Amino acid sequence: MELTGAEILVRCLKEEGVKHVFGYPGGAVLNIYDTLNAQDDVDHILVRHEQGATHAADGYARATGKPGVVLVTSGPGATNAVTGIATAFMDSIPMVIITGQVPTHAIGSDAFQEVDAVGITRPCVKHNFLVKDIKDLALTMKKAFHVATTGRPGPVVVDVPKDVTTDRYAFEYPKKIEMRSYKPASKGHTGQVRKAMDMILAARKPMIYSGGGVVLDKSHEVFTEFCRLLGYPVTNTLMGLGAFPGTDPQFVGMLGMHGTYEANMGMHHCDVLIAIGARFDDRVTGNIEKFCPHAQIVHIDIDPSSIAKTVKVDVPIVGAVGPVLRQLNRMIRESERKPDEKALAEWWKQIEEWRATDCLRYDRASKRIKPQYVMEELYRVTGGKAYVTSDVGQHQMWAAQFYKFDLPNRWINSGGLGTMGFGLPAALGVKLALPDEEVVCVTGEASIIMCIQELSTALQYGLPVKVVNLNNGYMGMVRQWQEFFYQKRYAMSYMEALPDFVKLAESFGHVGMKIEKPGDVTGALEEAMAMKDRLVFMDFITDPEENVYPMIPAGAGQNEMILV
Amino acid sequence: MRHILSILLENESGALSRVAGLFSARGYNIESLTVAPTEDPSLSRMTLVTSGSDEVIEQIMKQVNKLIDVVKLVLLTESDHIERELMLVKTQARGEAREEVKRLADIFRARIIDVDAGTYTVEVTGTGQKLDAFLEAVGAANVIEVVRTGLSGIGRGDNALRV
Repeated sequence: MELTGAEILVRCLKEEGVKHVFGYPGGAVLNIYDTLNAQDDVDHILVRHEQGATHAADGYARATGKPGVVLVTSGPGATNAVTGIATAFMDSIPMVIITGQVPTHAIGSDAFQEVDAVGITRPCVKHNFLVKDIKDLALTMKKAFHVATTGRPGPVVVDVPKDVTTDRYAFEYPKKIEMRSYKPASKGHTGQVRKAMDMILAARKPMIYSGGGVVLDKSHEVFTEFCRLLGYPVTNTLMGLGAFPGTDPQFVGMLGMHGTYEANMGMHHCDVLIAIGARFDDRVTGNIEKFCPHAQIVHIDIDPSSIAKTVKVDVPIVGAVGPVLRQLNRMIRESERKPDEKALAEWWKQIEEWRATDCLRYDRASKRIKPQYVMEELYRVTGGKAYVTSDVGQHQMWAAQFYKFDLPNRWINSGGLGTMGFGLPAALGVKLALPDEEVVCVTGEASIIMCIQELSTALQYGLPVKVVNLNNGYMGMVRQWQEFFYQKRYAMSYMEALPDFVKLAESFGHVGMKIEKPGDVTGALEEAMAMKDRLVFMDFITDPEENVYPMIPAGAGQNEMILV
Repeated sequence: MRHILSILLENESGALSRVAGLFSARGYNIESLTVAPTEDPSLSRMTLVTSGSDEVIEQIMKQVNKLIDVVKLVLLTESDHIERELMLVKTQARGEAREEVKRLADIFRARIIDVDAGTYTVEVTGTGQKLDAFLEAVGAANVIEVVRTGLSGIGRGDNALRV
């Protein structure tokens, strides 16, 4: 039987097990919406702006590991989605974004709501397709999901002209797909893994540095096992938090620009660095010339182009984190050599000295609400079990520093692109996927405004997330840099004319709370968390001049941190 | 250092712009680029001349290989290979130049493929240096128009880039 392109598209989603599509209708996708409306297998979530759709699908994907799916119309629908697509691309998040397109005969004529979606998104997708012929539609969708979810994951755009959605063709969904041009690696090269093992076991001052790759590969268990076998200090990147239990003494905290002193000093002084699913981002390395001057480096990554991109490595291993670590764990267990316990004890002694600086300390006696305190209380009140999304800036760093993630997929933020506006829609995506889990969006008064319209989506679909707004009246991270590096010239970083967030939340049909005293923080959090079926917007008026410490200033090495 | 990449890629619309876009986005240099379908119409063969340190070339290879449309690639300059470029040159052909350009064409084993009262069009094939040398010999004053294809290359012996 022949189906229309729109019907084929929806059937493809069903075949892929897609339960939720985030989107916004428009002329070019009306046929697809008409078809979606006539079935019950795939639910559509109507957002209020296409950027929200991409972030919601992104949060959904980060929390569940399943691809997030987005449907937007041509032209502005596609361009509005670009920020979210780029966000997912930078953090390697599997997504399939279907963009409507003007009819094939009109492509290139500057038709109404026409943009070259494939051209615009090319630099920020893993791959993209323009489907010009209905015969290719099902195969293209299969390829899109395959490419998005395998290897190093990423967003894939499928651009579908309107006439393709009305053309008819027999539907057949390929069970398997082979692409001669795309064959991601899985297992590591045995010889390289053996070399890595030798180097790892010979270490006297080792560091394990892991990133988002461990989370994406769902390999936190085998990773934790690897760390425990060795007993080496473990640090995570911003994207890797939760891959190793954040409350474990073997964990020395996050590393990088606002990482802990002990993690960064450990990096600087280590003799063997074991990098796993991490990409030596500039926010991690600081000044690359001063990075890990004494270390031999093992680097495990599924993407060969991540290896030796900015930092030369001694033992590169191309492969998925899980399979490579399983190989390594087996070899380490079978090996007669063991880590040098004496050297390791010395090393830990040194690390504990660094840890004793208590680099995350802050003024607990302050009469103002300290944002760090809100994070600590949030952690306590939620038992450390919440899914925490964030926007971008100081609040993001405080959340990463003070909420101790014991499990992966709980910490959901825009690490690579640093997209303000990510947190709220991402939280909605998480809540939709995991309705029984506590979902908290940690944000600031500048970030939250960027996608505030999604409060409306939350009401429509009954998504009772909790918003923790650390309101210091400034774009805090911008202000901090201006204070440190621009002699306190606060150009455009002051948020004048802020709304009354309580009334704003109420006008969207939610609960608003304003908290101004440190003594009220815990009670407010408890009260909000107890409102299981309501979205609660907590506006915490925090110390406007609090800074994120410690910090590696731009151009400095990891051993040159500014402490409090 | 100068390097030649040979790339086999899916003969699909947009494949060329993915490669070109990658080079501009990451700040890599393209000296020349040629592309045409192969004996298998589903594949295109691209020859790309670039330059950079060993680290940059390694990163270029990895990034190009990562493009989903790229099936295979080799660094031709890593082993024995043959380079050829084709050039069409329109020259002055009046007075002394009429004899001189013809003599030079013979020396360079070039062919005059079009003639009129005042001009020649000469076809020259060879390495880039040979084409440069021909232009220099003819002299800027005699050159009216130059069209170069950019470099094509192939491995020597049984070194073959195929699927």
